[in-house]
Amino acid sequence: MATSIDVSDLDVYYGDFLAVQGVTMTIPARSVTALIGPSGCGKSTFLRTLNRMHEVVPGAHVEGKVVVDGQSLYDSAVDPVEVRRHIGMVFQRPNPFPTMSIRDNVLSGLRLNGNAPKGDQADEVAEKALRGANLWDEVKDRLGKPGMSLSGGQQQRLCIARAIAVEPQVLLMDEPCSALDPISTSAIEDLIDELRYDYAIVIVTHNMQQAARVSENTAFFNLAGPGMPGRLVEMSPTRKMFTKPDDPATEAYISGRFG
Amino acid sequence: MNSLVRTSGSPRKRSLGDPAFAGLTRSAALAILVALAGVAVFLTIEGIPGFTAPADALAGHTTFLGYVWPLVFGTVLAAVLALVIAVPLSVALALAVSHVAPPRVATGIAYVVDLLAAVPSVVYGLWGIGFLGPQLVPLYRWLNAHAAWIPFFAGPVSTTGRTILTAGLVLAVMVMPIITAITREVFARSPRLTEEAALALGATRWEMIRMVVLPHGRSGVVSAAMLGLGRALGETMAVAMVLSASGVVTFHLISSTNPSTIAANIALTFADATGLQVNALIATGLVLFVLTLLVNMAARAIVVRSAPGGRP
Repeated sequence: MATSIDVSDLDVYYGDFLAVQGVTMTIPARSVTALIGPSGCGKSTFLRTLNRMHEVVPGAHVEGKVVVDGQSLYDSAVDPVEVRRHIGMVFQRPNPFPTMSIRDNVLSGLRLNGNAPKGDQADEVAEKALRGANLWDEVKDRLGKPGMSLSGGQQQRLCIARAIAVEPQVLLMDEPCSALDPISTSAIEDLIDELRYDYAIVIVTHNMQQAARVSENTAFFNLAGPGMPGRLVEMSPTRKMFTKPDDPATEAYISGRFG
Repeated sequence: MNSLVRTSGSPRKRSLGDPAFAGLTRSAALAILVALAGVAVFLTIEGIPGFTAPADALAGHTTFLGYVWPLVFGTVLAAVLALVIAVPLSVALALAVSHVAPPRVATGIAYVVDLLAAVPSVVYGLWGIGFLGPQLVPLYRWLNAHAAWIPFFAGPVSTTGRTILTAGLVLAVMVMPIITAITREVFARSPRLTEEAALALGATRWEMIRMVVLPHGRSGVVSAAMLGLGRALGETMAVAMVLSASGVVTFHLISSTNPSTIAANIALTFADATGLQVNALIATGLVLFVLTLLVNMAARAIVVRSAPGGRP
């Protein structure tokens, strides 16, 4: 259950275009790691390499290694579909399946895995996941209603419930609060705070206060220069990162003097 | 508020552009209605005498209903056969183009399918008679020999291959482009974000298509099929050429006696028709007109009821 991720010398390409270069980092188990940096610096791209979602774009590939629990994700024998079943993902905008009810949305991942729970057991699994996502009390009386009938913040928590229903080892979050109002954002942050005890969480965020609030470790990404690939500038415990970072570029970014 | 309304509402102070544009669009819309009404009025006035025509004007049938019923049957049977063949093929093709094939191959496939729509129907007719029909005869023989217990494949097997099934196949090729084009558009517009949600949960491409693309495109597929049905119902030339019709009502798809269709029957007999025979033929045209109108209205209703976005 305690899963950490080791990334070494990772280059990420879209076709011939090198988007992210030379990332080496260790993402510890049972903790929250925040990825910060300016737009277009490759933090989302990097996040998507951790569950091989970036391959969905034609021509995208990586060089280097990502090792999860001793298993290299990019071994030729590894099926990307299998990887995604173990590493869950939450997206920028809530994306519940529009044709499915709340309950079916939560169970959709399990149904894919081919071990769909039946009857009472399915109800238990759905309740557990919805409780895990702090959504149960709000939806317990309307589990059969479409997932789209919820508010934006509730939809995002539904997506988190859907992701944790399959009990993944790692949860990747790509700016999960960027489309939400402050109250929903705070609900999600509380949730992240609880989930950290069970999962390794990697969260991309543009909100530095959020990174400071929710994460144990922070990684700062930046472009090496205009037209150059993104790279990891530094990664440190969040407290250190926001008080005395090693790299002057990090300090400039965090303090708002970007340069 | 009042003064505002008066100044901007005064027609003299407004430019002429808006009213001119409004008038133009309105008259275009009216022109369509007038044309449609004109066709309906013509068919009704010229067709009414046909409804009560005597047997010698109805190819030996005593009532108009007895005359038109086998034709309606044949029309619907051929069109339904065409859809049964074309819809699964079109959906598969559309999925290949929108979600499976690599972009370059997909563009090629889409281009070829669109090209099928540009072939004149008389060419399809020639192809049906000269190539497809004869090629199918051995298959029909085989079906009759091994699956004759299914009534569809009862004998005697046609020796020319000019059966209702061949006509249905030719129609299928003809309606495939429109069905493929519409379903392709709908599939391509299935939300990227939801597709990624399915993939991120560990769905294979086919599972993703089943979870997201097909539910999203359901209403689009239905309306595309209905449009195809409308075209298949009215198609004249290819059916008139391919089908060796004897005006029977039968579900035997590969036998030498086949039902005719309304449009093919009009095309084949109109040249020699006189007097009340003409009125009877026009009356069958009216029946076809109503039939296609109903199909199109049904298609509309289905599309409106399950609007894109896919909420049940």
